Amino acid sequence: MTPTRKRRLMMVALIVLGVGAAAALALTAFNKNLMFFFSPSQVAAGEAPLNRSFRVGGMVKDNSVNRDGLTVRFVVHDNAKEVTIAYTGILPDLFREGQGIVAQGKLAADGVFIADEVLAKHDENYMPPEVAAAMKPKGVDKTEKAKY
Amino acid sequence: MLQTITKLASLRNFYFFCGKLLPWFAWPTLILMLVGLYWGLVEAPADYQQKDSYRIIFVHVPAAWMSLFVYMVMAVSAAASLIWKTKASEVVANSCAPIGAAFTFLALATGSLWGKPMWGTWWEWDARLTSELVLLFLYLGYMALQSAFEDKRTAARATAILAIVGVVNIPIIHYSVEWWFTLHQGPTVQVMQDKQAMDKSMLIPLMIMATAFKFYFATVLLMRSRNEILERESHTKWVQEERERL
Repeated sequence: MTPTRKRRLMMVALIVLGVGAAAALALTAFNKNLMFFFSPSQVAAGEAPLNRSFRVGGMVKDNSVNRDGLTVRFVVHDNAKEVTIAYTGILPDLFREGQGIVAQGKLAADGVFIADEVLAKHDENYMPPEVAAAMKPKGVDKTEKAKY
Repeated sequence: MLQTITKLASLRNFYFFCGKLLPWFAWPTLILMLVGLYWGLVEAPADYQQKDSYRIIFVHVPAAWMSLFVYMVMAVSAAASLIWKTKASEVVANSCAPIGAAFTFLALATGSLWGKPMWGTWWEWDARLTSELVLLFLYLGYMALQSAFEDKRTAARATAILAIVGVVNIPIIHYSVEWWFTLHQGPTVQVMQDKQAMDKSMLIPLMIMATAFKFYFATVLLMRSRNEILERESHTKWVQEERERL
């Protein structure tokens, strides 16, 4: 390689490294803002904003869904802490007990999260119903991330 | 080896080389695409959770993979043009941009159509969706910058730097679902893993579609490169001869 080409190669490497380092610093600094939702543990620890709308995400607790007309109350958990959510409106098709969901709304004074939007989060597993049924005893959500 | 590469760097040789390669990619594309679509949309079983709606995965995931893959091809060619000043690599990088933009748009559009029935929303500003949208803007920015210059060689230098800077977005897109809480779920297909999160009956057609998309990309890349060479070299005698032949 001629010296000019070597110099240009170094320049390309420096651009990639420089931009990479800058991006890494920026992303670390804004790490919290890049989170799409707060976990129930974070809400319990008081990390979520008080008077501002935010999102909370977790798994819908089994036997916690109470329907009263269009208003639904349910509990989401992350295997550690829980948050009670109240929502009036139509839930996504994938909403069910044990499903991961993300709700947007505000925390009321009594600790109930008043949601104005509920989104379903599906996992990364794809399989035919027969396979899912066969796996049931061992627990289908074994690959579910510990993040919840 | 070096001699072959030097020879290919001449646009005339590269044009005929691309022409020779073309059928080797075009025909497999057609066959793989037909087999993959039939297998994925008809033969593969429905999902236990998402029923038949998950079938959009056979277009969405290959398109999303290609949006990243094409960018890397573009950035490496751009870097080569910056270092060695080879015209052929400039042509390849330029030809990548619209194809990559199309794949990115396809990934975003199919993802949006999938998001509405499953998540309950067309669009959310989560890390995966946003970084993929940035990728679309990088491709569009590349194309805009390229057409902003009269001189092709000057344009190549400017666009090469943009392409190289944009590489930083690629790992961000890939790891966004692992680094941050996102609405988008984690990766289903992972290379360094024995047990896949997708049943074989669905994984095989997905892989066929992914291969079909790779071949499709190669086919279109060769065609676009040939077009750009004809345009760049339109003043030369061999292009005029080639035009008459066509």
